Amino acid sequence: MSNALIEIQKLDKKYLLSDGFLSSQKRIIHAVNHIDLQILRGETLGIVGESGCGKSTLARLITRLEKPSSGNINFKGGNIFDYNKESLKAYRRNVQMIFQDSFSSLNPRKSALSMIKEPLTIHQQGNTKERQDKALSVMMKVGLKKEQANRYPHEFSGGQRQRIGIARALVLNPELMIADEPVSSLDVSIQAQILNLLRDLKNDFNLTYLFISHDLNVIRYISDRIAVMYLGKIVELALNDDIYRKPLHPYTRMLLSAVPSCDPGKRQRKISIRGEAGMENDRGCSFQNRCAYKLEICETLDPELKEVNERSFCACHRAGLI
Amino acid sequence: MPCVYLWNSCAIASVKKTEYMPPLLQIKDLMTVFDSAHGTIKAVDGVSLKIDSGETLGVVGESGCGKTMLSLSIMRLVPPNGKIINGEILFSGRDLLKMSEEEMRACRGSEISMIFQEPMTSLNPVFRIGEQIAETIRLHQNLPAKQAMELSVDLLREVGIADPQKRARDYPHNLSGGMRQRVMIAMAMSCHPKLLLADEPTTALDVTIQAQILDLISDLKQKNNMAVIFITHDLGVIAQAAEKVAVMYAGKIVESSTVGAVFKNPLHPYTQGLLDSIPARCIEARGREDYLRTIPGSVPGLSDLGTGCRFHDRCSFAFTECVQREPELVEVEKDHFVSCWKCSAAKNH
Repeated sequence: MSNALIEIQKLDKKYLLSDGFLSSQKRIIHAVNHIDLQILRGETLGIVGESGCGKSTLARLITRLEKPSSGNINFKGGNIFDYNKESLKAYRRNVQMIFQDSFSSLNPRKSALSMIKEPLTIHQQGNTKERQDKALSVMMKVGLKKEQANRYPHEFSGGQRQRIGIARALVLNPELMIADEPVSSLDVSIQAQILNLLRDLKNDFNLTYLFISHDLNVIRYISDRIAVMYLGKIVELALNDDIYRKPLHPYTRMLLSAVPSCDPGKRQRKISIRGEAGMENDRGCSFQNRCAYKLEICETLDPELKEVNERSFCACHRAGLI
Repeated sequence: MPCVYLWNSCAIASVKKTEYMPPLLQIKDLMTVFDSAHGTIKAVDGVSLKIDSGETLGVVGESGCGKTMLSLSIMRLVPPNGKIINGEILFSGRDLLKMSEEEMRACRGSEISMIFQEPMTSLNPVFRIGEQIAETIRLHQNLPAKQAMELSVDLLREVGIADPQKRARDYPHNLSGGMRQRVMIAMAMSCHPKLLLADEPTTALDVTIQAQILDLISDLKQKNNMAVIFITHDLGVIAQAAEKVAVMYAGKIVESSTVGAVFKNPLHPYTQGLLDSIPARCIEARGREDYLRTIPGSVPGLSDLGTGCRFHDRCSFAFTECVQREPELVEVEKDHFVSCWKCSAAKNH
């Protein structure tokens, strides 16, 4: 498909974990487990899942901050893990990231403007004057004022700091923006401001977003397509409305029913919530212990992500039947 | 203070209906201040509220609004640079602020318990969880160690921990976040408190685990006829778990009523703005294509509050009165209290 900006193929990432320093036993954590996924040009792809499901590892793999155990990520015809230094730099210019904690991702000893300028310097874009102008214009684009250019991170509020983080990512005119929980540490009224901003920027700069969040309400608002992850796997991938109207995977249903509704009239939860996301099983579906629809086959055979309805993919033996 | 009169008049009204029952907890005009480099900060500024046995009150507000200081004031656990300078906290008729430190210590953990956001920092990493729960029981109930240990295993079972006998011998780091919060709840429930203060109890947890913990708290509440104060920034949690809600802004309660009234018919512009910024409500009301409504600006610092209503510079309805004088919490509709000049004006016309 030519419409894909990034194509992820059979991506695997395993971490080796030792069981205490006296133990010789090693455990393997399969953080990203055989993921196939395309990020289409111009879309907002939401990735949702609980902590430990591998969504941040996936983001780190796409930005090449981690190397995979196996698998490819193709960008403009080449596998990013085969890139040489130069093409990697070009790739990083095109793929930028916004982080959750805006305070720890900013240098406390640098002013806002110098931090927004920094990527331009690193990638040697324009001369000093041009960099200054570009940084200032991006700074205003994200809703900061010119007077705030020389202030330091601690002088900004959480929402404003997140705006600096966004400006830093935006200043290189990337094609893909990876936002890893960008609004999770913000208050709800500030969260709404940032979501509106991200929406505007997408149109103004022709961006593609990979938006990672554990918050199903935020994901629902911002995404065009949604991938639900559970223990390193994508268990469901579908258009936004399809996920929320007719979720296919039992885990997606459980997640959706767990979200507290803001309507006090809707208190009755339809689906009971069992267990916690623990270690994966050796065999079979990783969700089997918590699943209300488990069959014998689920214990032995791991379901693959397959197309159930048009543009809806689900990794469940009983998808479409339950 | 007018709000005190209000609470009194409510109390008189209930005398007429039934036999007079004082509320389990009644806070009158509480003020907690902090010394800081920028002068004295009023973290809790004249808060009055009450809660009856078996009731769940949600206190909601954004970071820095003073909601955590309110809960710490109730426990009399305000940090050393802070001080409660005014008000009463009547718990079953006794003023907690007049109690000696010893009396207060006996009350904490047995009659009023608290659970916190991050259970890992509230549990001692070098003791087994069973021992930690047993310690609470021994301190308050004077039971022999063996019996206390048996009770703590029962408590672990009650909060839904599988294989409690074995789990009691685990250390906090052996447990998942949700399990640790269950242990904290077991510890808080160990002396059958009349009031449970839950300060962001599910904020650090995943949504499925959050749902389980909320269910657990609600079950325990019903079983023990316990009152619960939920302190949270999450309006969804309030809508699901609470019966009454108090919205805090910059150290003050700006609106309080039943959950149904506040979510269906929010009167204070801040509450309206808060509810409008929730993505789920936006999607339901106007679809996904529309922008989220936002509250302009950000929460004011408590050290540089000007005159008038604390919300006036972010409020689209503000008029002269709002800039000059601070509104008081008044009953605009039955059991619906709002501190806003616009609402009081609408009521008087």
